[in-house]
Amino acid sequence: MTPNRLMRLAACAAAALLIAACASTPLEEQPAAPVTDASSGAAGGKPGGATADPRAVARVDATSKGIDPLTDPASPLSKRSVYFDFDSFVVKPEFQGVVEAHGKFLVANPSRRLTIEGNADERGSREYNLALGQKRAEAVKSRLRLLGVAESQMETVSFGEEKPVATGADEASWAQNRRADLNYK
Amino acid sequence: MHRLLAHAFALLAALLVLSPATAQLRVEITGVGSNQFPVSVANFRRDGEIPQPVDEIIRADLQRSGRFRMIDPGATPLAETAAVSFAEFKSRGADALVVGSVARLADGRFDLRFRLYDTVKQTQLDALSYVSSAAELRLNAHRIADRIFEKLTGERGVFATRIAYVVQLAKASFELQIADSDGASAQAALRSREPIMSPSWSADGSRLAYVSFETGKPVVYAHTVTTGERRVVANFLGSNSAPSWAPDGKRLAVVLTRDGLSQVYVINVDGSGLQRLTRSAGIDTEPVFSPDGRFIYFTSDRGGGPQIYRMNADGSGVARVTFSGDYNVSPRVSPDGRLLAYVGRRGGRFQVHTLDIATNQETALTDTALDESPSFAPNGRMLLYATEVGRRGILASVSVDGRVRARLSGPSGDVREPTWGPFIK
Repeated sequence: MTPNRLMRLAACAAAALLIAACASTPLEEQPAAPVTDASSGAAGGKPGGATADPRAVARVDATSKGIDPLTDPASPLSKRSVYFDFDSFVVKPEFQGVVEAHGKFLVANPSRRLTIEGNADERGSREYNLALGQKRAEAVKSRLRLLGVAESQMETVSFGEEKPVATGADEASWAQNRRADLNYK
Repeated sequence: MHRLLAHAFALLAALLVLSPATAQLRVEITGVGSNQFPVSVANFRRDGEIPQPVDEIIRADLQRSGRFRMIDPGATPLAETAAVSFAEFKSRGADALVVGSVARLADGRFDLRFRLYDTVKQTQLDALSYVSSAAELRLNAHRIADRIFEKLTGERGVFATRIAYVVQLAKASFELQIADSDGASAQAALRSREPIMSPSWSADGSRLAYVSFETGKPVVYAHTVTTGERRVVANFLGSNSAPSWAPDGKRLAVVLTRDGLSQVYVINVDGSGLQRLTRSAGIDTEPVFSPDGRFIYFTSDRGGGPQIYRMNADGSGVARVTFSGDYNVSPRVSPDGRLLAYVGRRGGRFQVHTLDIATNQETALTDTALDESPSFAPNGRMLLYATEVGRRGILASVSVDGRVRARLSGPSGDVREPTWGPFIK
């Protein structure tokens, strides 16, 4: 690896960490006060008539547990797709941050498992595309393995060109279909 | 009034075009073959209600083969009993003439008869009668076309053989269908909500192997066509795909990812005797046996992009076969072992090519952009392939010289992966 690429990698990783940190902090500190105030204050309904009262407010307590980072749209973990060039299985620099975020999450949560699903665009041979999709899934898997993710947490499958998400016959559609998806179980 | 008439006429014409029998028989000739044999197929005499346009089926078969130039027979039906003016057909340019009839019998069956004449020598070359149910009438028309083909070219006809292909009818609706060689009379052998891929006929035409995603991942099955009986051939960890029968019908070449990336293996039909054949650091896929069983051709990206390679059937002696272009996939060997058909990308277009294995002469057979899955007819004279028109997958045939292409418009839906079945005994 050239020093240049190493630098870029480090920068990506740092950026990924920064985004992760920024995303989680304000949510942890979000005050539950407005909800609490409304239910206990004078503006609330009569005590004892909670089910019948149209002004009743059921309380959901989100203070004890943080939001699942997998479903938090602000987390890099919400990005579950890695896109590839035609006939290529190289994970491009712009997707290394996504892969690393998932790697860290999986290392920190050894009970979580995922399937990496490889896909290809419609051009060329279906069987070759099935193999190419597998190669893309394996490329993502080997990156995760390097980040310390256990083999038992990961499974790969390829759908080749059989399950396109975009159905157009243009580069924009094809680019969306040349993809590996990280699907948590 | 005139306009009203014109409208009525247009409507009538549209109805004629849209009637299923006509739609199934559309042949688009896009080139002119050299050394085509000029033949005229007269309209057959019809007695009673006849469910199939037998004369049209025969004409379309002969035309699609690329070996014949069809000479207009005129509108008058000519039965096999008719007195024929050889001089008249000779002057029209026809060296051979087909006449015949089809009659509905009292028991509801049909009597289909034909006679083939050499108009130059003024002799009869062939004559036969078939009595059959309505269901078999179309097949018998194909059988007549086969006899005419054989009498006039000296080679066996393929019109009575069958093809298999995959069709996607909706987002979660896939079928493996079997149809006549012209795409008509389609029947579903398998229905699934998940993709089906890579059908492959056994050499005796009794079984199809294929890949089905019905369990959520690609698994290889072998399927007996007449009974629908299926067995799992390969269901290992990872992906199982690209089945191809060995000529003996006992083993299959398959592609598995159980040991890492896609590699070629052989396995017995019952799933026993797994043996790994290739050991590359890249993708090895789409294995096909040569008809004599000595070689396996396959696609590999071991040299960078995908190219076609050949190895001995035991995995030894790997050699690269294709060298032009940076993307060549889906190899198929002609029945005589002399030609290799494949899809090559040239200038961004994916087209069917053949390679003369002895001379390395490459020929482009199509001029479309998204061709897939070439498959030789059992006599090696035509190829079937999948291509796209208006974002819909269709089947097309091309003569092996590339001069006559025809669209098979029988199957509806998004059609792909045709594979031509063997001669049926």
